[in-house]
Amino acid sequence: MTFLFYLFAGLAIGGAIGVVMAKNPVGSLLFMVTTLAAMAGTFVLLEAHFLAAIQIIVYAGAIMVLFLFVIMLLNLGHEYKADLRGGAFSVLSFGLIGAIAGLLAPEISGAEAAPGPGAVAIDAAIAEHGAVGAIAEPLYTTYVVPFEITGILLLVAIVGAIVLAKREV
Amino acid sequence: MQLDFSRQLHFFWALLPEIILCAWAMVVLITGVSGRFKDAENDGGDPSFNNAASLGWLALVGVLLAAMANGWLYGITEVGRDSMVAVDGFRLFSNWVFLLAAGLSILISFSYVYRQRLQAGEFYGLILLATAGMMFMAGARDLIVIFLGLEVMSIAVYALTAFNRRDRKSAEAGLKYFLLGAFATGFFLYGIALVYGATGSTNIAAVSRSVASGAATPTFLALGITFLTIGFGFKVSAVPFHMWTPDVYEGAPAPVTAFMSAAVKAAAFVAFLRVFMVGFDGAYETWYPILWWLAAITMVVANLIALVQSNVKRMLAYSSIAHAGYLLVAITASNETAAAGLLFYLLVYTVMNIGAFAIVIGVAHHAEERLQVEDYSGFGWSQPLLGVLLTIFLLSLAGFPGTGGFMGKIYLLQGAADAQLWYLSVILVLTTIASYWYYLRVAWFMWMKSELTERQHALVMVPLPMRVALVASVFIVLYLGFFPGSALEFARASVEGLGVMGAGVPGLGQ
Repeated sequence: MTFLFYLFAGLAIGGAIGVVMAKNPVGSLLFMVTTLAAMAGTFVLLEAHFLAAIQIIVYAGAIMVLFLFVIMLLNLGHEYKADLRGGAFSVLSFGLIGAIAGLLAPEISGAEAAPGPGAVAIDAAIAEHGAVGAIAEPLYTTYVVPFEITGILLLVAIVGAIVLAKREV
Repeated sequence: MQLDFSRQLHFFWALLPEIILCAWAMVVLITGVSGRFKDAENDGGDPSFNNAASLGWLALVGVLLAAMANGWLYGITEVGRDSMVAVDGFRLFSNWVFLLAAGLSILISFSYVYRQRLQAGEFYGLILLATAGMMFMAGARDLIVIFLGLEVMSIAVYALTAFNRRDRKSAEAGLKYFLLGAFATGFFLYGIALVYGATGSTNIAAVSRSVASGAATPTFLALGITFLTIGFGFKVSAVPFHMWTPDVYEGAPAPVTAFMSAAVKAAAFVAFLRVFMVGFDGAYETWYPILWWLAAITMVVANLIALVQSNVKRMLAYSSIAHAGYLLVAITASNETAAAGLLFYLLVYTVMNIGAFAIVIGVAHHAEERLQVEDYSGFGWSQPLLGVLLTIFLLSLAGFPGTGGFMGKIYLLQGAADAQLWYLSVILVLTTIASYWYYLRVAWFMWMKSELTERQHALVMVPLPMRVALVASVFIVLYLGFFPGSALEFARASVEGLGVMGAGVPGLGQ
């Protein structure tokens, strides 16, 4: 188990670095798929099988394929190297992320491995409703308001996209 | 009626104004693409009453209906203070501000939409949806709802910024706003995740209890607060997260700029105040220095840069950054006096800012031209009424006695004094005095210079809807300047008990 965790975590981090280091946008996209798949693996290790499946189907499957389409349709053959900024910016951002990770690491590793109240509640919900039900039940009861607002958000995004992209004005 | 949120129907009643606004936005959108409203190009006649304009009037009806629902909510009491949706005075007062801003913005955009041949249905629909997003932010007692409201508002405003597709500047401003906004959203979301990690909840009441009891892990909480500050700081355009503001305000269609600078800022501030004053009250020592410096730097830098602007829209953009600095003082003070002052100031700022923009739109011939200060030479003498109105709005923005802006600053200072923020108060007063220069410069050009060319201002026209907006704005600015008592009492009553948390009543069911 521990070995698997380090494998997936390493893949996720390596993929994330690949996303920003790759010279070609299609390459960074494939690295991103790696990251998302590795994240799905860690979800499986956490026994969140449903989340892992959703992660693969929605992100690695649907969204990444869309990304790939857009990138290939838009700017194929364009030379990107000139647009990339390296040097100070990458040092700064890696330094910042490293500092945040360094700050958070002691608190995470210091925490006890014993399941907290949240884990107990999740186990009980899964036992009662099953893995899908444990997500669906709060989604349509406790979190029904954010769920509906998400619908409005999608409407706004669609209207905005159509207004800006429609051919004849 | 009492709402305890034990049934989902209670959420429907609690969110009635937002629901009406969203539904009405869909009505406006559908009307816009159906039948005779489709050909806005062949639309003749008076721009205040032709087909495109009737969509604007339709949108105004939606704002009125939402306002009625908002008034109706005063008869509702909520049980406990833990639910995802707050039904308190603070939210309802903020809703008045947003609805007022939306109504005034719609009124001043009629001729602009007509002259620039914008798609009226989508334009007004997006304004309504953005307003609904702001109301979600003000009514949210859960970080997830705040985030979703923020996104609904932001995405609608991104689209509105780039709305004028014939104008390259508009497209550039929209793209810039979108990219930087997405970046800030990332910070905001990461902040929410860290706060959740620290406290185990996204509910502001639960976060508040966890922070106050010291159960929250300190490093997580501090980082979460920092990231949330960055996210909010971007939305209220505080220095150093203000880089986008001048370009976006200059490039966006002028009525959208008016809407953006007033309402978007107000929504961000209201959510900012609720999250920090209620949620992170127990961690005041952590975020107090961050916000102190943010407020101080914002006030000083924005006012200094505004001094050298020659484009009026850009000048007003820096002025709005400066006002964000004044309002940050209220959040730094984090007491009820300051919260009431913030609400009062947001009300005044909304009307005076939109009023000033309305006249800028008129002088610019409902297009994006004639925006330099020199274009105002002799404006006061050839259009005396408009000149006087613009002067009143500028004096109010500067904070001149007798106007609402002055009273607003007094109440902000009162809140700062209650929290003993002496240095910030001094900076506020000094930067206000510095700001007189760039506001009065425009007035000086208007009254002390003669027209550059004969009949320079003959083509400035102010159609009926804009006149309505101007009269309403100037009335509110002067009324709040001379008789601030009732509005302030109202604001005070609205924030009463805002920081007090209930005794842990669970959100759903009892």
